Amino acid sequence: MTGQTHSPIIEVAGRGLAPIIQLIGIYVFFHGHYGPGGGFQGGVLLAAGVLLLRMTVGAENSQAHVAAKRTLTNCAIGAVIFVGTGIVAILGGGYFLDYAHLPVQWLEPAYMRYYGILFVELGITLGVMTGLITIYDDILEVDYA
Amino acid sequence: MEAIANIFTVIFVLLGAAFMLVGSIGVNRFPDFFSRAHASGKVDTLGIMLFIVGLMFYNGINLTSLKLGLIAVFVGMTSPVAAHALARRALIHGVKHWKRNEKEG
Repeated sequence: MTGQTHSPIIEVAGRGLAPIIQLIGIYVFFHGHYGPGGGFQGGVLLAAGVLLLRMTVGAENSQAHVAAKRTLTNCAIGAVIFVGTGIVAILGGGYFLDYAHLPVQWLEPAYMRYYGILFVELGITLGVMTGLITIYDDILEVDYA
Repeated sequence: MEAIANIFTVIFVLLGAAFMLVGSIGVNRFPDFFSRAHASGKVDTLGIMLFIVGLMFYNGINLTSLKLGLIAVFVGMTSPVAAHALARRALIHGVKHWKRNEKEG
């Protein structure tokens, strides 16, 4: 399960498909403003690309792509980005996640909401992606450190 | 022009639905794991690709049609690889082949 596969078909397919899946993940993340999609779905697709590499080229060889010892830290950073944006909005005088009260005064309030939502979605994407990778690595119970 | 596109749409979607029906019957009726993987890996791939080609004819030439074509290419690449991975792992772990003379199915 953790080793590299011996089938060249599976390895070539996995190595070729993982960047395409991650590119679709980034597209879904940025598409959340205009249609179906958003941070959670984009993060799941980004994690799916990494997990495909974990399963095809082996857990040890895919450490150069996303290292297992950094995923939990990045998950915490994503949560801090999400909650921190809301708390900064509270400190600015608004409600939780009220983007119009963020301390970015050179922007129109509409654009402030636009970029605020994008920033929060960035935190969700980072958290979901690295959280799912952490769950997979923890199920495998391999000590990468 | 639109009538011709609709005719092609009906032909391709019905053909794809027929292939997917045959594949589903095969998955239910075949006796062992390997022939079932054969049915689900090959026939369903062709059915889905024909279905999506029919939807591309319905949509005309635009960006949505290009996205549908990319989905068809993606399915055509991933589904046989998934069937290959399943069948290979079953072969390594010693799943029994079906033989005609054995009683058990």
